[in-house]
Amino acid sequence: MPELAYVWACLIALSVLLYVALDGFDLGIGILFPMLKDDARRDVAMNSVAPVWDGNETWLVLGGGGLFAVFPLAYAVIMPALYIPVIVMLVALIFRGVAFEFRWKSERRRWLWDASFFGGSLVAALAQGVTLGALVQGIAVENRAYAGGPFDWLTPFSLFTGAALIAGYALLGATWLIMKTEGGLRRQATDFAWAAGVTTYVLVGAVSLWTPFLDPLYFQRWFSTPVIWFAWPVPLLVAATAAIMVRGLLRGGDRAPFLAAQGLFALCFVGLGISFWPMMIPPEITIVEAAAPRSTLIFMLVGAGILLPIILAYTVHAYWVFRGKVREGEGYH
Amino acid sequence: MDQSLAVDLARAQFAFTVAFHIVFPAITIGLASYLAVLEALWLWTGRDIYLRVFRFWLKIFALSFGMGVVSGIVMSYQFGTNWSVFSDRTGPILGPLMGYEVLSAFFLEAGFLGIMLFGMKRVGKRLHFTATLMVAFGTFFSAFWILSVNSWMQTPAGYAINAAGQFVPDDWWDIVFNPSFPYRLVHMVLAAYLTTAFIVGAVGAFHLLRDRANEAARVMFSMAMWMAALVAPAQILAGDLHGLNTLEHQPAKVAAMEGHFETQRGAPLILFGWPDMAAEETRYAIEIPKLGSLILTHEWEGEVQGLKAFPPGDRPNATIVFWSFRIMVALGAAMALLGFWSLWLRWRRRLFDSGWLLRAGVVMGPSGIVAVLAGWVTTEVGRQPWTVYGLLRTSQSASEIDAGTVGTSLAVFVVTYFAVFGAGAVYILRLMAATPGTPEAEEAEPGPTRAAPSESAMKEGRHA
Repeated sequence: MPELAYVWACLIALSVLLYVALDGFDLGIGILFPMLKDDARRDVAMNSVAPVWDGNETWLVLGGGGLFAVFPLAYAVIMPALYIPVIVMLVALIFRGVAFEFRWKSERRRWLWDASFFGGSLVAALAQGVTLGALVQGIAVENRAYAGGPFDWLTPFSLFTGAALIAGYALLGATWLIMKTEGGLRRQATDFAWAAGVTTYVLVGAVSLWTPFLDPLYFQRWFSTPVIWFAWPVPLLVAATAAIMVRGLLRGGDRAPFLAAQGLFALCFVGLGISFWPMMIPPEITIVEAAAPRSTLIFMLVGAGILLPIILAYTVHAYWVFRGKVREGEGYH
Repeated sequence: MDQSLAVDLARAQFAFTVAFHIVFPAITIGLASYLAVLEALWLWTGRDIYLRVFRFWLKIFALSFGMGVVSGIVMSYQFGTNWSVFSDRTGPILGPLMGYEVLSAFFLEAGFLGIMLFGMKRVGKRLHFTATLMVAFGTFFSAFWILSVNSWMQTPAGYAINAAGQFVPDDWWDIVFNPSFPYRLVHMVLAAYLTTAFIVGAVGAFHLLRDRANEAARVMFSMAMWMAALVAPAQILAGDLHGLNTLEHQPAKVAAMEGHFETQRGAPLILFGWPDMAAEETRYAIEIPKLGSLILTHEWEGEVQGLKAFPPGDRPNATIVFWSFRIMVALGAAMALLGFWSLWLRWRRRLFDSGWLLRAGVVMGPSGIVAVLAGWVTTEVGRQPWTVYGLLRTSQSASEIDAGTVGTSLAVFVVTYFAVFGAGAVYILRLMAATPGTPEAEEAEPGPTRAAPSESAMKEGRHA
């Protein structure tokens, strides 16, 4: 019954994509944090994500937990292989997560928690990007276990994907601020969006050109029929998001730049999918091989089928409650 | 590289990170329910005092919850990093249980937390109360699933083993509701309620010692003492039932808890002593004849297995378990005594007048946290040397990671946790020390409030 494994691969991919789309912009705000002009602007920026960041981060737990549940073999191989970046990411997420609360508790130490919010966000983004790069370049497996050394993940390619993700998150954060704020902060966010946007597109382009040469399988994917017919629209659509973003930034659109940035992320994700399919851990383990037994997949699918729509509904509702612009000095009460 | 050192370091890392983490859920499970009760009382009676107490504890809840979330994410990834063989083997069974925890609990908490914390003026009272209830339900669902996971590891059921050596599900009902699960769940949820009650009680008592008329402090102290009086005895009963269940399924653990090395009929209750694993005897034992058998088997002459009935390689460390168990039991007894004392004074209408009760209330503030940690050590060290009891050894569960990597990450966690959660503890204590009912304690809602105006408002208040 391999279909269920593919359904689950899509669901895990969806939760990772939702994680990147949602936590991406609040990590991005952390990355931009020290560049925001004054304390009042930093207050507004943080207020714009404070009610939702926790829910955003939960998708990361679902991604990891879901992998453990339905692809335990993949989980057992990937985690030891990426031990160091995963630990670094966890520690970084601790520092930035507590900053949401601690920052408001001490006037004197505020700079410290601001630094922890910035550093944590930056390092978490880097670690996630490196993790992605390491996964794309492949993981050595023997006997159902990771067979490489502790530093195999550290390559020019993975550092490059790390830098690309930092730029991409900064772009999501900047365009989120354009949407959620006004006045001086919004103008500053527009400047950031230009800088981060140009950097992101250049880096994403470079990673895309680099990837097919990492592994013959990827090369074959992208440059042979029939996949090429599915593959070629992706770069075209990426160019379209760039055009929408430029137009939005020039015309002062509220939502267009943010949606364009989200579109870019989704397309990168599709591109990854085209390279990976049907691998779970390139180059060895396929989705079907990594899958848990059928009864596990079904048991989880029943719950996910019922609960995921409910979760999406109240998540949308929470965003709706906190809709609209956040004004300076206003906060949420 | 010495693999047993790596396993020990991985165990130390798990013990360290989970010991920090467990404190936060223990507080937030109880506090979420307490907040829901306070908000309900406010909506029902319309009395402003309940809203004030609600706001006071909401800020403390927000801090504890934030720390619980970030320390919990570490736990969920640690299975993969340090215990990848365990993950591969048990993933088909434990993965979905944890997956359900994420789907039914974490999202519920996180989705409604924003509204609960910042939404008072954005949504109506009814929706706000719903959000508070949802967060409370979320903490409970989380406890449900994670205790199912832990209980399955202690008393595995409903599984088969496949060709790859994985535990695979046979009957999900048996897996979720495995033999020790109901006892463990009740014991843990009551422990969380008691932990919160004694923290709330201590804060109330602390402020009453300064000002006996403080109405918010009176509400806190009175509600907390009701909980202590009613729940502490219930917990002792639940603990006894849990002990009987453990005797049935994990006799080696009970032998370690009791400090019994010899299997005997009419076994004594060893009150104190020093279980010596090497010499296979409990030194300096102070014992009450027959009582051990009576408590464990509910018969004077009931047979109780000793540690010698198990091969040396299968015995948990009795020195640790014996003492952690006694710390837990002693604290539980002290909680019940404090509860009865408060009932007596309440009956004489002097609940807020006795300085000694209030001082005892302050001293007992952390007792729930300590008891939870001691109980956790008892059950987890008592489960050794197995990760899946009787089926998968701890030494065979770990990743093949070298000791240097595990040790370094352990050091990083130790430094991070003490720095970050140390600061968090200071902030929580500061919130607790603010006099309830004054503007500084309740004017601001938690989280993104602008600290500057409230501080300047304080100064203005002083000048006025």
